[in-house]
Amino acid sequence: MGNGVVRSAGTSATVPEPSEEVRSAVAQAHWREWALVLAATVRVTRDIDVAEECVQDAYVSALAAWTRTGVPDSPAAWLSTTARRKALDALRRDKTLRAKLPLLIERAGDPEPPAEGVNVIKDDRLRLVFTCCHPALSREAQVALALRLICGLTTAEIAAAFLVPEATMAARVTRAKKKIAAARIAYRVPGQAELPERLDGVLTVIHLLFTTGHTAPAGAGLVRVELVDRAIELARMMASLMPDEPEARGLLALMILIDARRATRTDDDGRILLLSEQDRSRWDSAAIAEGSALAREAMRGLIRGRFAIQAAIAAVHAQAPSHEQTDWRRLLALYDELLRAWPSPVVELNRAVAVAMLDGPEAGLAEISRLEADDKLGGYRYLPSAKADLLRRAGRYAEAAASYETAIGLTQNEAERRFLRARLGEVGGQAGPA
Amino acid sequence: MAEYMILIYEQEKPYQDMDEAAGRQVLESHLRFQDQISELGGTLVAGNALESSATATTIRSDVVTDGPFAETKAVLGGYYLIEAGDLDQALEIAKLCPAAHGGVEVRPIRVFSGG
Repeated sequence: MGNGVVRSAGTSATVPEPSEEVRSAVAQAHWREWALVLAATVRVTRDIDVAEECVQDAYVSALAAWTRTGVPDSPAAWLSTTARRKALDALRRDKTLRAKLPLLIERAGDPEPPAEGVNVIKDDRLRLVFTCCHPALSREAQVALALRLICGLTTAEIAAAFLVPEATMAARVTRAKKKIAAARIAYRVPGQAELPERLDGVLTVIHLLFTTGHTAPAGAGLVRVELVDRAIELARMMASLMPDEPEARGLLALMILIDARRATRTDDDGRILLLSEQDRSRWDSAAIAEGSALAREAMRGLIRGRFAIQAAIAAVHAQAPSHEQTDWRRLLALYDELLRAWPSPVVELNRAVAVAMLDGPEAGLAEISRLEADDKLGGYRYLPSAKADLLRRAGRYAEAAASYETAIGLTQNEAERRFLRARLGEVGGQAGPA
Repeated sequence: MAEYMILIYEQEKPYQDMDEAAGRQVLESHLRFQDQISELGGTLVAGNALESSATATTIRSDVVTDGPFAETKAVLGGYYLIEAGDLDQALEIAKLCPAAHGGVEVRPIRVFSGG
């Protein structure tokens, strides 16, 4: 993913083949600078589609140009200048383009952005992000637009990541862009009053990308690495663009800490390993250090948000020398705080697991049956699997088997299914003839 | 500036059961809302309440039938046509639109360009 530009750039007979160095510099710039270049170009075109084309062209031009002259000191600046020049050319050539309604609406009275300089680009990228994640767009459209406009993925790549036909994804993106124009969704960073809610929307989109990649809801593999990496990159961008927002930092910390365990989440055969079974020596210690430091900073906020608290929870796990020596009491306190900040049955389920570690599986099961009663978690695939695990630990094998069966019926992920079937086999053996 | 239609969809029953005092309160809340539109920087272009859906007549390919276009729990009961700078401003205004027994839908008015 992400190197579509490199692949699609043909080489003519007169231009030397781009070196490996140039190719990787273009790929790098595509990965890191797409949003910046697009945001700079949108300023000129006022039209997302035209801007996208010009940016795409600029990346293709970079291959030949950088082969001739070497990779510039600032690839982002080179690409922005080139894309904007192409945009101005297009506007000059095509009168109808100029006559078109401006597709991106700026609000009268909003501070006029300065003409040039670092802050402009910073602000423009944020405007792009907030426009993509506007609550008037469906969540699916927000995710697609974010990948398309901020990460520069092609529609085909986004479709592949979400296992939908390319035509479906193309229609989704087109519909969303149309709504932005027709309903006049403003190209702006929301004002202070709306900011917390709108920022939460942006962070939710990024988190959704991460969780979709982290445990693919369907398909053969457990993790879709490209989505996870994209999500972390986006969170990094948000944390650096909004350094005063602890939740942006909290989300980054959370994802870095969870992803630090990537190598140990499955065994060599792709089978899932639980937190308690993972080889902690193979966790990414540099990532844990970075994530823990970010989590601490995020928790310093006056109001501690759900991402900061979840990051703190992930940090407790990441720093524990073993599953048994995990600070379950601290975890329980954090889950209680999380429930206050963000009441959710999923959080209650996680809290029940922590209770089980502190006070034994039966105590955890009591919490879970309370959750089952209120039905909000019906169909949530981790409820029966968590319950099955506690039943197994309590020695109630026949009931555990029934819960594993339910859990298997609720997941479409092959790795998860294999894991649950293996567990079912174990407790089935213990339960004896039913 | 652009025009947006705020369509008010609500259950009708509570309005039918309402006594006079409660009805007056609803009316006052709408008058207040009409002031708030300009306070938030928008302009009220038009607005009306509709008679109940029992008075509706539907025409489909020339066939005239009694009743609203679609049988739904919440029905179109009124509308405001406003002018606002962008969707955020329109939504900010529409959030204040009284619709205690349902909600509102905000739709941009289509602009036809060219001649």
